Amino acid sequence: MQDLRYAKVSTVDDAVAALQAGGSTARVLAGGTDVIVQARARTRAIDMLIDIKGIDEVLQVAFDADGGLTIGAAAPCYRIYGDADVREHYPALIDCSTLIGGTGVQGRASLGGNLCNSSPSGDSIPAMIVLEGRAEIAGPNGRRTVPVEDFCTGPGRNVLEPGELLVSIHFPAPAPNSGAAFLRFIPRNEMDIAVVNAATQLRFDGDTVSWARVSLGATAPTPLFVTAAGEALVGAALSDETIAAAAAASKAAASPIDDMRGSIKQRKHLSAVYTQRTIAIAAERARG
Amino acid sequence: MVTTEKPKYKVVGTRPIRPDGVEKVNGRAEYGADVSLPGLLPGAVLRSPHAHARILSIDTSKAEAMAGVRAVVTSADFPPREGDGPQARDNVLAHDKVLYVGHAVAAVAAVDLHTAEDAVELIEVQYEVLPHVMDVRDAMLDGAPILDATLRTGEPDGSKGDSATNVAQHIHYEKGDLAAGFAEADIVIEREYETTMAHQGYIEPQNGTALWGPDDQIRIWTSTQGLFAVRDTVAGMLGLPVKSVKVEPVEIGGGFGGKIPTYLPPVAALLSRKSGKPVKLTMSRKEVLEATGPTSGTYMRVKMGAKKDGTLTAMEAWLAFEAGGYPGSPVGAATMCVFAPYACANQVIDGYDVLVNKPQTAAYRAPGAPASEYAAECLIDEIAEALDRDPLELRLQNSVKEGDSRADGFTYGPVGHVECLQEAQESPHYQSELSGENRGRGVASGFWFNIGFETSMAAQIQSDGTVPLVMGAVDIGGSRASAAMQFAETLGIASEDIKPHIVDTDSVGFTFLTGGSRTAFANGWAAYECAMDMRRQMEERAATIWDCDRESVRYDDDGVIRGPAAAAGAPQEFTFKELAAELPNTGGGIVGRADVSKTTHGPAFATHIVDVEVDAETGKVEVLRYTAIQDVGTAIHPSYVEGQMQGGAAQGIGMALNEEYIWDDKGRMVNSSLLDYRMPTALDLPMLDTIIVEVPNPGHPYGVRGVGEVPIIPPAPALHAAIYNAIGERMRTLPMSPRRILERTLPDDE
Amino acid sequence: MSDKIIVSATINGDPTDILVSSRDSLLEALRERAGVLGVKEGCNDGNCGACSVLLDGRLVNSCLVMAAEVEGSDVTTVEGLAEADHLHPLQQAFLEDAALQCGICTPGFLVAAKALLDENPSPSEHEIRYWLAGNLCRCTGYDKIVRAVQHAAETLQTTS
Repeated sequence: MQDLRYAKVSTVDDAVAALQAGGSTARVLAGGTDVIVQARARTRAIDMLIDIKGIDEVLQVAFDADGGLTIGAAAPCYRIYGDADVREHYPALIDCSTLIGGTGVQGRASLGGNLCNSSPSGDSIPAMIVLEGRAEIAGPNGRRTVPVEDFCTGPGRNVLEPGELLVSIHFPAPAPNSGAAFLRFIPRNEMDIAVVNAATQLRFDGDTVSWARVSLGATAPTPLFVTAAGEALVGAALSDETIAAAAAASKAAASPIDDMRGSIKQRKHLSAVYTQRTIAIAAERARG
Repeated sequence: MVTTEKPKYKVVGTRPIRPDGVEKVNGRAEYGADVSLPGLLPGAVLRSPHAHARILSIDTSKAEAMAGVRAVVTSADFPPREGDGPQARDNVLAHDKVLYVGHAVAAVAAVDLHTAEDAVELIEVQYEVLPHVMDVRDAMLDGAPILDATLRTGEPDGSKGDSATNVAQHIHYEKGDLAAGFAEADIVIEREYETTMAHQGYIEPQNGTALWGPDDQIRIWTSTQGLFAVRDTVAGMLGLPVKSVKVEPVEIGGGFGGKIPTYLPPVAALLSRKSGKPVKLTMSRKEVLEATGPTSGTYMRVKMGAKKDGTLTAMEAWLAFEAGGYPGSPVGAATMCVFAPYACANQVIDGYDVLVNKPQTAAYRAPGAPASEYAAECLIDEIAEALDRDPLELRLQNSVKEGDSRADGFTYGPVGHVECLQEAQESPHYQSELSGENRGRGVASGFWFNIGFETSMAAQIQSDGTVPLVMGAVDIGGSRASAAMQFAETLGIASEDIKPHIVDTDSVGFTFLTGGSRTAFANGWAAYECAMDMRRQMEERAATIWDCDRESVRYDDDGVIRGPAAAAGAPQEFTFKELAAELPNTGGGIVGRADVSKTTHGPAFATHIVDVEVDAETGKVEVLRYTAIQDVGTAIHPSYVEGQMQGGAAQGIGMALNEEYIWDDKGRMVNSSLLDYRMPTALDLPMLDTIIVEVPNPGHPYGVRGVGEVPIIPPAPALHAAIYNAIGERMRTLPMSPRRILERTLPDDE
Repeated sequence: MSDKIIVSATINGDPTDILVSSRDSLLEALRERAGVLGVKEGCNDGNCGACSVLLDGRLVNSCLVMAAEVEGSDVTTVEGLAEADHLHPLQQAFLEDAALQCGICTPGFLVAAKALLDENPSPSEHEIRYWLAGNLCRCTGYDKIVRAVQHAAETLQTTS
């Protein structure tokens, strides 16, 4: 473990002040499942961990039928998948929060941490994109919100400015006749980083898809919001043709790299396969 | 369970709770990393970032000057070198060259681990980076980067090659007339196979603690498969008499062959000498993967001929194994195992041990056999298909039996391959229907020698009839239990009355390492002879007490010592406990001992059956059902026999489907974590059914063959066959990962 | 520079003060500072589960928790499972069902399995395998571990 200090804060303002004082080598500690590993492996310079779990706002999981769902940046996965409202209204969040790491990791890891880690393969990010998540950010100049699809700017990089922290992520209440799903492909059945992951949300007007969002992960420097795939679905009933068109749009949008976890060819192919598969589940849930 | 006129045992074959169990479920068992001593200093090791480089200089001054640092060592702290060329200690601390990324270069002991890690970063090493070679075929080419300029190929006739090479050894076996065998064949198939480097994956990282006293006496605590091997290695590297080194027993958290080599104890000892304190080194998982010995990656060509009636007429194998930076791949065993299950008259086998810039390979469960037998078994499956024969039937037709011999000259005694195949045919699994799209079933067999070697044991009877039993063989998965059971069986007493105990290297006779499936076998022999020694002594004591002729006293298998009738006419007898109570007043205690070295090990065979479903869109293989059938000779503790069969199958499945070393173009392993070195999780496996076959080994008092190695061999070829039956693709490279399967099945334009 | 911090936590039922470095993980603090050696290090990055502990009743990897974070918390390790004079039904089932070989992963499995049975008293085979997927065992192939957890669940249900 590199040489670092630990501080715990109990207000957002104190967190912002501590981040400002600490500079670029100060990092927020939520669940710690990424940042502690990075500090220990010395893959990034960290000399200060600012524990935000003393702040009530970052721990909330709050649903309101009109306003939607707010998930605090440090709320751990087990509280998300253990929440009855999330289970009922946001099954795509259950999909991803139940497969990040093992059970022990889910006892600590948060969706906010997953977003701030900004890995191209972050498993919750495509789900949050299709659910129209908005990240609420606090900083020296007050608060701002950023759509999740605009949050990540590159591998390990994001829109957070010096002194800023992610406070929560807000999701609108699900529309009637809508459904969403998240899936990932990994070589084992648990514990791996996604080779490709994908999410879809659909809304139906009768048999017609009236609105759709598709997102892909691990296929580009950031998780992708694939607007062309959604557009390929909208305005018609779901059919083999529209689904194939959406899958083709995903595959076209994917610009993956070859690395130890997957090849370009494999990832391009899986982008299409997982787009199709999430569409099928999302449709089933919408009709459910 | 198959039983063929099995003797009636009272203890052997039962399932008592293991004697070391309670401490392992309540967290009290002491493993190497748990050792704590007054003044103990942790340490850390600096490792090479280069796959192949000459060390020009090492400057440790900044590290030595850092607050909290107590000692820094390099290879210069070893005794002066004798002779040219690489030495075993060069893999412990590199001498003039580093031969793989992760090769140890220097080490630090400090007041805490964080400080030691900080200090390691201050050591400055100047390297001259050399071209590296990673692939076994490239390493064999003329003009390949040479790892050791002094190396000459050892040829089969014992001669040496005459030019610099990376090929350390060429092994050659043949029998019959290969050309005639192929000429006789109706079909001939030749295929190439590749396997990638794979790690044992024990959950406990290597550790080593040393205390070097001012009197040059050294105590070592380390996770090892051989206490005596560590003792001899440490004494040899440090130039000390063997009596100066004592290795203390600690629990071992898995080894599978990987904890046979010694890495950390000599370094900890050097640090201890310099600091005057005990020093503990523990590896990180990254160090375990990058700097300990995995098993070789390989390139293999296998060719077989068969007649229409199924008779195998000719078999030929060409096997090249990665050794790592120094000679020593398991290609020798691979050449002996490759065709071991089959009685084919005409065979030629060539094997090559080849240096590459990868970690020095070590034994891994049936070392060499999972690769070479994978190649042969996959080809057997193709022959069966070509001849339209059931793959179990074809194997039965060609299986070795008592009296058959291998190309290396070994002739089998009674062996159980036929019985395994028959059990497989009759198993509920093979009899069941498998239906559904992209599903397939596969079978394959495996062979391993098993080994004997030196084993020592001693026991003393307490006055209440309980018996502490001391031994020198490390217990990796239940061998204390099996030793105690065989000892109790021999004495005719309860295994619960035995307290087996592994002791330090000064307190028991020399005992070879735990590996090669020898321990239940050899410990059993030692336990038997130790108990028989006690029986003889107890007969003598009873004769003294009864004041009768020694020959008229008999220790029976039921644990009762019977003598001639007393004057009054009543038969005289002692139970074990009764006689134990008499010992203190009739001449003192009795100590039984045995030192054995047996060559009567029993070869073991297994046959496995697997059903899979392949996701054709992703290439991912789901194991639906699994059955492992194995001839174990005699199952001493059936639960732990099943456990070995299941654990070996699980490792074989991992090696078959996902486990591999992945390298970048600089020769760095890029997946050196348990996140990306993908061993099976609980969610990746089904229940692993077992069928124990017992064809007793006539060379063992209880018929034991040894269990642990064989079950890792059949999974890969069985999965190869199952995947082929599911999707029609023959995967001839391990692992058969989703990526490899998909890249085979996807059209080129996709 | 790192700080020295006194952390007050309840470890296996005992209120304990430990002096830790701000660089220490909970795993290091338990092993090196508090002498709680039943918690094991297998990977130090959350991928093997050997260091599993319950933190305020919740299963976590202690290598991924900073020691300073557990101020005021309740920590349970394998040493806290047994009552003074008898083993926990999970420990007993692991012994009887031969669910361990080398035993290094066993403390983590026992703690993880306890967390499962606390939450789900009669899990299916799939639920057991899913819950325990973060705990690697290299010796057993998991078969006997899964059966032992099922066995312990039955014992707990019939005795409670």
